[in-house]
Amino acid sequence: MINFKLNGKAVGLDVPAETRLLWVIREHLKMTGTRFGCGAGLCGACMVHVNGERAFSCQTSLSDVKGKSVTTIEGLSTDRSHPVQKAWIAERVPQCGYCQSGQIMSAAALLSHNKNPSRAEIVEHMQTNICRCGTYKRIIKAVERAAREG
Amino acid sequence: MRAYQVDRDANPDPIFSRRRLLATAAGLTFAVSLRGVDAIAAATADGPLGTAWVTIQPDGVIRIMSAATDFGQGSMTSLPLIFADEMDADWSKVRVELSPPDEKLYGNPGFGGIMYTAGSNAVQSYFKPLRMQAAQVRRVLLDSVAARWGVPWSQLRTEPSVVVDKVSGRKISYGEIAAFARVPSKLPEITESDLKPFSEFRYIGKDVMRIEIPSKVDGSAQYAIDVQLPNMLYGAILRAPIEGSAPQTVDGKAALKVRGVVKIVRLPYGVGVLASTAEAAFSAKENLKVSWTKTTSDSFNSDQAIDRYAAAAKNLGTEGKIWDKDGDVDAAFSRAKIILESAYRTDYVYHGQMEPLNAVASVDQKGEGAEIWVGTQAPGYAVKAAAQALGSSPEKIKLHRVMTGGAFGRRGHSDQDFLVDAVLLSKDVKRPVKVIWTREDDVHNGRFKPMTAHFLRAGLDENGNLIAWRHRLSSDEALAFQDPARFKFFGEKAILALLGAEQPAYDLPNRLIDHVRQEDGVRLSSMRGVGNPPNAFATESFMDEIARKLNKDPFEFRMELLRKSPRGQAVLKAVADMSDWKRGRRDGQGLGVCFRDEGGTLVAMIAAVSVDRKSGEIKVHNVWTAADVGLAVQPDNIAAQLEGAITYTLGAALFERITIKDGQVEQSNFYDYRVPRITDLPDIEVKVLPTDNPPTGIGEMGGNVTGAIANAVADAIGVRVRQMPMTPDRVLAAIGSSSGK
Repeated sequence: MINFKLNGKAVGLDVPAETRLLWVIREHLKMTGTRFGCGAGLCGACMVHVNGERAFSCQTSLSDVKGKSVTTIEGLSTDRSHPVQKAWIAERVPQCGYCQSGQIMSAAALLSHNKNPSRAEIVEHMQTNICRCGTYKRIIKAVERAAREG
Repeated sequence: MRAYQVDRDANPDPIFSRRRLLATAAGLTFAVSLRGVDAIAAATADGPLGTAWVTIQPDGVIRIMSAATDFGQGSMTSLPLIFADEMDADWSKVRVELSPPDEKLYGNPGFGGIMYTAGSNAVQSYFKPLRMQAAQVRRVLLDSVAARWGVPWSQLRTEPSVVVDKVSGRKISYGEIAAFARVPSKLPEITESDLKPFSEFRYIGKDVMRIEIPSKVDGSAQYAIDVQLPNMLYGAILRAPIEGSAPQTVDGKAALKVRGVVKIVRLPYGVGVLASTAEAAFSAKENLKVSWTKTTSDSFNSDQAIDRYAAAAKNLGTEGKIWDKDGDVDAAFSRAKIILESAYRTDYVYHGQMEPLNAVASVDQKGEGAEIWVGTQAPGYAVKAAAQALGSSPEKIKLHRVMTGGAFGRRGHSDQDFLVDAVLLSKDVKRPVKVIWTREDDVHNGRFKPMTAHFLRAGLDENGNLIAWRHRLSSDEALAFQDPARFKFFGEKAILALLGAEQPAYDLPNRLIDHVRQEDGVRLSSMRGVGNPPNAFATESFMDEIARKLNKDPFEFRMELLRKSPRGQAVLKAVADMSDWKRGRRDGQGLGVCFRDEGGTLVAMIAAVSVDRKSGEIKVHNVWTAADVGLAVQPDNIAAQLEGAITYTLGAALFERITIKDGQVEQSNFYDYRVPRITDLPDIEVKVLPTDNPPTGIGEMGGNVTGAIANAVADAIGVRVRQMPMTPDRVLAAIGSSSGK
C-alpha cells in the first residue's frame, strides 16, 4: 500500500510501486484531467505538482510520491479561480485543449516561484510543454496576465 | 454539467431518446434538413420525428445543434452562433448540443452531405443553409405571435429572444411563444432577401467566448481516452509496420506473463493485447514477438525514392493528369524571351496531434451492436466502420461525442483505423475496451502528408510579363489511401496534392498544371493545408526567383500578378504595410513574402529570418500576416487559427520529416521527430480584413507560411534551399553549392 496526498486528500493504493503516476491518477483514480501525450517526458501533457514542484507524471512512479503531496489540474482550484486559469480563459488560450492541463500546471509552478517572470523566462520555462495547435503566443500573454493580475 | 453537453442523466441515450425528449420537453422543435423544407410538426408523438436543429424551451433555453467536429478551431461555437444570430436568439440562453451522426439532417454541404469536418469549410459551407433555417424559425415565431395578437407579422420585430410589436411596444419572449406555438407542416418560404444584412448581426463579427473553453482549463473536458466504463479492459495493438502486411507468426508467451494481461487477439492487420490496466497492455505489447508477411513496399526508401519523383516531375515529355489548364502554354513558351526552370521537394510529415489516437468500444453480447466513443472528424464514417467491423449495420451503433485532442486531417479517414481496433477487441471479449495508442504507435501507424517533387517552368516576354506557367507535381495522393470512394468520385485526380496549385488570384493567362502519380504503398493522409504548404513552398519560391531575374521587388511583382484581384492586392498591401516591407532587410535578417488564394480566402505573409551560416540553423523572428476571409464570424478566433497554423507549419518548413526505410517508419517519438516548441515561436502579427463577402475558411490557411519563410531564407543567404524541411544540413549544402539566388 503506497500512501500520498492527492489534491489535499490522503489516498492509499495497492498498485505496483513502479506504476507511473500518470496511469495511477488517470486510470486507477479516474482523474482524467492529467493527459497522456508521449509517455517519455517530452511533451508535458502529463504535468502535475509533486511537493509544489512541477513533474512529468509519466516519468514519476508511484513509489516516488510516497508520503508526498501531489496536485493535479483538478486540485488547482475548485472553480477555475486560480490566476492562471482565469488568465487562460480571458486570453482564450485553448484550442483542442488536450495539452492545456499540462501547460497550466507548468505555468502555475513558474509563478509560484517567480512572481514576475520576464518573457524570456516564461519561454525558457514553458519549453517543456508542446502545443500542436500552436497556442504559444496566447500562453505567453496569459502567463504575463496571471502575473499581473494575481 | 457542462453547458455544451447533452444532459445524459436526463437522456442516457442521446440518439434514441429524441422522441421522448420532444414529447416531454414541451418545447418548440424544428426538425428540418438543410437540403429541403422538410418541416415536421412538433407535438406529434408518433412517427419519425428525427432530430432537431433547434428546440426552444418554455423556460427560454434554446438548444441548438452543432454539426461539425470541433477540434479546437471553434466550430462548436461558430455554427450555432450563426444560427442564433439569424433567428435573433439571446446567446446567453443558448445551449449547444453536438449533433448525432444523422447525415441527412446534419451532413456538410461542402462535402456532398457527409458529416465531415475538414478543409476549413465548416463555416463557409453551413453559413447560408443555417441562416435560411434560422430565418424560417424566426418567421414561425413571428407568425405565431401575429396570429395570437391579431396583428400583421410585419408589424412585429425581434430583439434577442423577444418579439416586439412595433406599434404598441408589447413584448413576448421566445420561451413564452414556445408554450403555445405550433410548427406548421409547411414552413414559411424564406428567400435570401429575408436574411439579415451583415450590418445587423449582433454576435457575428464580435467574439463570444468559445463555449468549451472553461472545461479545457479545469481538466473536465472529456476526450475518448478519458472514458471510464464498468467492466472495461484496456487494449494495445501491435500493428503491421507496413500497410498490407499481416502477422505471420505470433509468440505471446512473454506477453501473457505480464501481470494483468487477459488475452491476446490476432487481427488481420496486427496483434491485440487485452489487459486489466493500461500499463499492463502496453507492457505486454512490448513483449510480443511477431513476424510479418512480406509486402511489395518492403524495400521502399523515401530518401532514395524522392529522386524518382523528381525525375518524373521534370520529364515533361510524358503525360500527366491535368489539374488546371488555360490559354495555350506551348505557344506562349515558344514566344517567350526568357525561360526559367526550377525544382523543389518536400518530405513526409506527421500530424503529431497531442492526443495519441485511441477509442472506446462496448460491443453487445450478440456482437451486432456497439456503443463507441471516439474523437472523429467523420461521425458517419465512424458509425459505418464500426458496423462493418461487426458485420452489422449503422443503426446498431451508438456514437457518443467527445472532445478531440487535435485532428489535422488524421481522424477523417473512411476506415477509422483506431476505432476499429477498439471494436474488434471488444467484440472478441464482449466487454468494453479502451484501446490507447502509445506515441510510438501513433508515429509508426502514422499516415503522412505525402512526399512531393515539383518541376516548374515560366516564360517571360520581352517586357518581363509572365506569359507562360508550367507546373508538374509528382507524388502519391492521400485521398486514394484515406477515402477510396471519394477519390473515385473525383475521377482519381490528386485533388489534395494539387489544391492551391492553380493560384486562382494570380493573372496567369497561359498555364498547365498536372500531376504524375507515384504509388509506393505508404500510409497517407490529408494533413492541415493538404497540398497548400508544399505548393506554396514551391510556387512562391519560384515566383521570387522570377521576380529576382527581372530585378523586380517580390512584393511589386506580386501586386502586378494580382491585377485582376483587388481583394488580393488589398491583403498583400496590408501585410507589406504591417511589416514595413519597403524599409527592406534589417539587422541582417532576410525578408520574404508569400501570397496565396486558398479556397477563396486570400492570405499574404511576410517572414523575417536569420540564418546561422556556420550551423545552418534558421531562426524565424517575425511573421506578419493579413487575411481576407470575407465576413469574419469570430474575428479573434480567426486570428488564433492563423497563429496556430503558422506555428504548426513552421515545423514542416524547418525540421519535421518522416523517413521510411525498408518500408518502415524510422521515427518514434518527439525525441526524433522534432515539433515546434514555444522557443521556436516567432513574433506573429495578424490582421484580419473583413469584407462583405460570405465567409471563407481559415483553419489551414496559415500553413502557407512555408513560402514566406523559404523566400526569407533565400533573401538572407543568397541561395535557394530547394527541399522542405529546410534543415541545417540542407541550408549548409545550399550555401556550399555554387548555384546563385
